[in-house]
Amino acid sequence: MLTAIITLGVLAIIFGLLLGFAAVRFKVEGDPIVDQIDKLLPQTQCGQCGFPGCRPYAQAIANNEADINQCPPGGEDTIISLAELLNREVKPLNAEMGEVKPPMLAVIDEEACIGCTLCIQACPVDAILGAAKQMHTVIESECTGCELCVEPCPVDCIRMVEVETDYLQWKWPDPEADGEMRP
Amino acid sequence: MINRILSRFHGGVHLPDRKSLTAGQPVRKAHLPDRLYLPLHQHIGASAEPVVAVGDSVLKGQMIAHACGYVSAPVHASSSGKVIAIEDHAIPHPSGASASCIVIETDGEDRWIERSGAEDYLNMDHSHLRNLIRNAGIVGLGGAGFPSFIKLNPGPDYQIDTLILNGAECEPFITCDDLLMRTHPEEIISGIKILRYALKAKHVVIAVEDNKPEAYQSLKGQLHNEDIEVVQVPTLYPVGGEKQLIQVITGKEVPHDGLPLNIGIVIQNVSTAAAVHRAVNEGTPLVSRYVTVTGGGVTQPRNLEVLFGTPVNELLEQCGGTNMAMSRLVMGGPMMGFELHQHNVPVIKTTNCILAATDHDLSPEQPMMPCIRCGSCADACPVSLLPQQLYWFARSKEFDKAQNINLFDCIECGCCSYVCPSHIPLVHYFRFSKTEIAAKEREQEKADQARARHEARQARLDREKAERAARLASKKAALAAKKARSDRASGGVSDDKKAAIKAAIERAKAKKAAKKQAGTEPEAEKNRAVSERKRAEMKAAIEQAKVKKMARKQAESGHERGVSEQKKAEMRAAIARAKAKKAEKKNDGI
Ligand code: SF4
Ligand code: SF4
Ligand code: SF4
Repeated sequence: MLTAIITLGVLAIIFGLLLGFAAVRFKVEGDPIVDQIDKLLPQTQCGQCGFPGCRPYAQAIANNEADINQCPPGGEDTIISLAELLNREVKPLNAEMGEVKPPMLAVIDEEACIGCTLCIQACPVDAILGAAKQMHTVIESECTGCELCVEPCPVDCIRMVEVETDYLQWKWPDPEADGEMRP
Repeated sequence: MINRILSRFHGGVHLPDRKSLTAGQPVRKAHLPDRLYLPLHQHIGASAEPVVAVGDSVLKGQMIAHACGYVSAPVHASSSGKVIAIEDHAIPHPSGASASCIVIETDGEDRWIERSGAEDYLNMDHSHLRNLIRNAGIVGLGGAGFPSFIKLNPGPDYQIDTLILNGAECEPFITCDDLLMRTHPEEIISGIKILRYALKAKHVVIAVEDNKPEAYQSLKGQLHNEDIEVVQVPTLYPVGGEKQLIQVITGKEVPHDGLPLNIGIVIQNVSTAAAVHRAVNEGTPLVSRYVTVTGGGVTQPRNLEVLFGTPVNELLEQCGGTNMAMSRLVMGGPMMGFELHQHNVPVIKTTNCILAATDHDLSPEQPMMPCIRCGSCADACPVSLLPQQLYWFARSKEFDKAQNINLFDCIECGCCSYVCPSHIPLVHYFRFSKTEIAAKEREQEKADQARARHEARQARLDREKAERAARLASKKAALAAKKARSDRASGGVSDDKKAAIKAAIERAKAKKAAKKQAGTEPEAEKNRAVSERKRAEMKAAIEQAKVKKMARKQAESGHERGVSEQKKAEMRAAIARAKAKKAEKKNDGI
């Protein structure tokens, strides 16, 4: 009887240690949820969601302080992928935050620019080039279209234009986009 | 020569080949058009860059745009004349878009630039040979338009066992390769020899579908005792697909995420071989090709030798014009071609066929019915995909799942759509899915880039803050050190002592004051003294915390200058302290 108890006890200890070891050794390093959410946001860094950038918004969603439908640049796609990630209901974009727009790009009227650097300070992704009293310009490929530079410009020389897509970025139309009922 | 044992690929369909419309007609030279529209992007890879300006006179064969980067191809003037514009013009693309073209007004003389062939390519350095082919603007003429010289550079890691020449031309209606094989077998064979030399290929096989016996005979007739096999492959669409043909000829399967190169095979189109011959032996760049103009919608279907840049509508006119029966104008064949929205688009390097299709040639889209899960599509798919599954994922926009079941292996051959009893336009769903995925990837890339830049900016702002703080701290330390020095000079005592003395004096003063006011309002006074002390303590603590925080931040940001400045400040302070102590000791000693 005693031997049986001892054997079982020893076995229990061994397995316990083994399990403990395995738990440490094979620990799955899950992406922290904020990172996962942030990965789904468009990184426009425009603040329309009511937070100073995408990551703070991701943090707020993770903390249950914000809903998943507050990002206009992301639109429906972002809401759907957030809903999938967080196992929530898909809901329409919160209209208070703004509306879905085609991708935009800031253009500085270089004639009018006085080189005040205010837009540089506003740009969340350092996409504006220039120095004090020098003409400024936008690096097209880096501009996220957040519009944050428009407001601070004292001479109103920044315009938002729609991003032109060339034929290499053309997409085949959705066969079901014509609204026809498909079987 | 032993007869090669052929394998077969999965699926495929037998199609009415409709090649007799043009196969019996001799090839004619198309008329020189008044204007040539030469797109800068006629190949896979980066657009070419113009090297001529508006107003320049150019000769036929003159390079007018050079290759930009490795995967790219130059463009040559296809006739002599004057560059009258470099501007957007309609190009042959399913989107119906316009893109940058060099427009040449021809002078009618069709005058060649001076050309000279290589004396003896067998003594030519391989990279020199590849450059010749590259500078001639040669790209895969079978339809893909991949720059050919790249395929000739397998690198030291790969031994080329078999070079396959694709003369299958399996798509219905198209006969341009057939005609070339029949009329210019010598050019093809000569080009093949160059390709073989460039690749050091052990075996060479020319594959021709068995519905083109004349082409087969004509090629055979050119061969004497060269070690080149001409093989007739059974007609089955899409045997002309690269991976399908390789499987038929060699029995080997190209790995699904690999290249033919990975299994020691290079495959080139027969027309490409002829172009290589002209480039190397004659010094003639790629400026024209055979194009099949066919379909029930055109009065006199035939093959034409066409200069690149010639508008499609002019070709149709030269074939007797179109008739009322034409319902769609397609570039390419009925299976893999795409509809042209404008008829003035130019012929480019990859244009093999203009199909003026009637409803009989290309059945109009029929009303789609529900999928009955019959599995015919999977049986027909030459890549062994599951089109029906792909279709469900495309419909529900679960593109990642479609990707997981190898959507990108789909060669868009259209076999699945062709056999589907429910008339589901399956390929359309797959093309749609592919471009959606590509767009998503572009967006993700852009987002990642924006995130990185935003984080970099954030880090920069923090760093600048820390630097400012560090500068301030070092100034303070320097001030303290200076003071210590001046104290020492005046025989003063150390800061600590001074502070202690000051504090003592303060305390004494406070006590005295307290005693003095003991009668009047002792409690309030005491409280004030206490709170004042507390405030001072708190201030000191905050100051300390600030310094600590700054230090930590600097450690985190790892910014060397910040760190070193902080260190310097600390060092300076330490030196100052030490000096002060020394001075103190000295004072004590005296
Ligand atoms: S609205 Fe969207 S893109 Fe703009 S900051 Fe918020 S999460 Fe980022
Ligand atoms: S062939 Fe058409 S009906 Fe049959 S399984 Fe495929 S998609 Fe469905
Ligand atoms: S179009 Fe794609 S899925 Fe359909 S049969 Fe061809 S390779 Fe298979």
